[in-house]
Amino acid sequence: MQLAVLGGFVVAGMAPLLHRWFGDRTPLVLALLPASLAAWLLGQWPTVAAGEVLLLEWVWVPGLDITLSFLIDGLAWLFAMLITVIGSLVLVYTGDYLRGHRDLPRFLVVIVAFMMSMLGLVLADNLVTLFVFWELTSITSFLLIGFNHGDLSARKAAQQGLYITVGGGLALLAGFVMLAMAGDSWSLAELTTRGDALRGHELYLPLLACLLIGAFTKSAQFPFHFWLPNAMAAPTPVSAYLHSATMVKAGIYLLARLHPALGGTDAWMLSLSLVGAMTMATGAFLAIHHTNVKKLLAYSTVMALGTLTLLLGLGTPGALVAFVAFLLAHSLYKGALFLVAGILDHETGTKDVTHMGGLRHVMPCTAAVAAVAALSLAGMPPLLGFVGKELLLESALAAERYRIVIIVLTFVASFLTLAVAAIVALRPFFGPVRRTPRSPHEAPLGMLVGPALLAALSLIFGLAPGWLDGFVAVTVGGIGAVDHDVHLSLWHGINLPLVMSLASLMLGLAVWRRWDHLRAHLARLRPLMARGPEAGYEALMAGLVTVAEWQTRMLQNGHIRNYLIVTLLTLLGLVGHALFIRHAPSLEVPLDLYLHEAMVAGLMVAGAVAACVMRSRLAAVAAVGIMGFSIALVFVLFSAPDLAITQLLVETLTVILLVLVLFRLPRFATLSTPTERARDLIVAGLSGIMVTLLMLSVLAGERLPRISDYLVANSQPQGHGHNIVNVILVDFRALDTLGEMFVLALAAVGVLAMLRFHAEEEDAGRTPARERDDG
Amino acid sequence: MEPLLAVAIGILFAAAIYMMLRRSIVKLVIGLMLLSNAANLLIFVSAGLTRGAPPLVPQGMVAPEGVVADPLPQALVLTAIVIAFGVLSFAVVLVRRAWEIVRADDLDRMRDTDT
Repeated sequence: MQLAVLGGFVVAGMAPLLHRWFGDRTPLVLALLPASLAAWLLGQWPTVAAGEVLLLEWVWVPGLDITLSFLIDGLAWLFAMLITVIGSLVLVYTGDYLRGHRDLPRFLVVIVAFMMSMLGLVLADNLVTLFVFWELTSITSFLLIGFNHGDLSARKAAQQGLYITVGGGLALLAGFVMLAMAGDSWSLAELTTRGDALRGHELYLPLLACLLIGAFTKSAQFPFHFWLPNAMAAPTPVSAYLHSATMVKAGIYLLARLHPALGGTDAWMLSLSLVGAMTMATGAFLAIHHTNVKKLLAYSTVMALGTLTLLLGLGTPGALVAFVAFLLAHSLYKGALFLVAGILDHETGTKDVTHMGGLRHVMPCTAAVAAVAALSLAGMPPLLGFVGKELLLESALAAERYRIVIIVLTFVASFLTLAVAAIVALRPFFGPVRRTPRSPHEAPLGMLVGPALLAALSLIFGLAPGWLDGFVAVTVGGIGAVDHDVHLSLWHGINLPLVMSLASLMLGLAVWRRWDHLRAHLARLRPLMARGPEAGYEALMAGLVTVAEWQTRMLQNGHIRNYLIVTLLTLLGLVGHALFIRHAPSLEVPLDLYLHEAMVAGLMVAGAVAACVMRSRLAAVAAVGIMGFSIALVFVLFSAPDLAITQLLVETLTVILLVLVLFRLPRFATLSTPTERARDLIVAGLSGIMVTLLMLSVLAGERLPRISDYLVANSQPQGHGHNIVNVILVDFRALDTLGEMFVLALAAVGVLAMLRFHAEEEDAGRTPARERDDG
Repeated sequence: MEPLLAVAIGILFAAAIYMMLRRSIVKLVIGLMLLSNAANLLIFVSAGLTRGAPPLVPQGMVAPEGVVADPLPQALVLTAIVIAFGVLSFAVVLVRRAWEIVRADDLDRMRDTDT
């Protein structure tokens, strides 16, 4: 399996090549990959159904306890099946949706890479591996949202999705590290058996907070929900696949996976059920504001994700059964509806449901599929959505804490969802025929297969929910309700959930009938909406840019002296700290002095100071020369004849060079104010004092054994030279000298180039016949 | 002698830094020269000073008699002197070239890449 997933990435990379061979049939060829994986998974079902956990071990970085092991239990199997089956259908659909699109190969590369990342995410047993795949899904999602990168809003939406999910990913990483510390293992299989130790650990609350931020950002929970509707800028197959059926459920998957390890505490219950209920109601409420069919569906996805979080928060066996049933139902109907939305967009050229009408005459098959899927979304019998919704209402009624809040929010969400379902299924297909930008036809077969199959599954499982019993029991067993007796059925008798369903049907239809009216009223809420979490995100981004601008102006302002001052002050601070605080400097250096030596030193200092204060360039150069020659004298006095010779030579050359060039340069000018000069003087003075103190403490410190002893002893025997300094340069440190020669050669080439360039320009200036721009 | 030279080196550094903080480009070049000389001297002095005993092996012997000056810093400084000269000549020509194009002596007016 690991090989298949890793190989899948290779296949993804080969998509452009395949496209060259198979042309527009490439998506069909690529669909074979997830289809065969689905077949393999189906073959594993008997093992999984028996309640066994398949652990496929694969060592990756043994030193760091990182493995690429895959873990297949009921939960992972469910997700992997959704990923591979819906993945194959989406690829088939893409074949027609993006037929002949210029960037089809690029799309295929990314979507297949996403498929493999997502598969890795749900199968990984190791936290680090899971994290790597988690981030890969964020990145591939970014590339897919921004697929039409010529479109500014698509780019912005892609960025927003990336920042939010990757920002959450950072929190997740911190959470994983703490989880591994608290549970003393990186393996999910082991962590889930250490629930009590984890819940009692002192890191429990911080690690839970980090993990929840990671999961909530990925799964678009309130207040991070806004990125998901914006992500609808992606091509519709992507919306159906990533932003409805799979990727946004990664956070939910993680929460479900960790439920046995971390669930059951007050903190878990409260945060999940309240955030979930809030997200559910917000999603359903915001949905009816929109007329764009994809946005309607996106907000209803937000609602569904909230529901799943709520059910995990409730955490009772009944709620977990509802979780699995709802998850499956949602993936089937929402995938189908998104694909239908893609068909509508593709055939009519608009996404606005108020611009469509009467399409059932031209596309009866699509209309039928949409009707079935929408009935499931609405939670109508006899579809799987109904089973899921009844279980949800039952769980909400059985909530232990905040019962009223949860029940009310659930009820509101359920009738608004019903209204959304009615809008999506009835508006475009029924009523009077409207003119659309393109004249619609029935969708091509490839685009119908996917939604039709998903809708059919909704219907089949709805009619015979008993078939799912064993499967749901196994999955629920993996997330914390072991040995729970599961009986899914369509008819529960006349009970409170059914009454609530009927009430929500009435209300939902009322909302649908008065929808146009309602929208006009809701439009008045716009100013309030503008202050939502998305405004906070925008403000944060704008703030980041402002801070970056400010610090660039402050630090990267192009003034060399500011760079110098900042660097020097930092150096002063750090060295000063080390010198005075950590080692008190001892300045006891014996001062044995001869007069002539003192005079040489005085001459040197006088030269340097004169070079600073002279107003004439020639005098300044002469003063620098005096200083250089005094240094040569120091070398002579203290046993360094080679240095003295070199210094004399170089100093002479420097003075000649400066005198030659200097008169082509501007005269000295006083450019700075007295304040600036005082500031510079202080910085320079402090630096000088620091150097002196540093030097004295170096001289006073104890001497380490000298490398030079070896050099002195071996110069003649090994280097065959009597001048030790020369032997060092050409023998012991010959590579240094070679490097030095390169530096000099480069400097010479640079000087020559600049002078030659100059000469050519002058030539060009003198001969008017030559065009100036030909050089 | 070392303490006196330490003070002198400090003054050299201060002078160099002061000149490098000027806005006039020619002063910047002079600051660069002072700085390289000060740094060379710093390396030379920090190894300790020895009078009248250059690191030479007398003819016919395999090692010098008695204590000689430390040859390693001398070798390092020798390399540094030559490289400093290379860098300086490059800087001087660069400054001249910049002056010819921009005609501005003031570093503050040389901030933009295109003129």
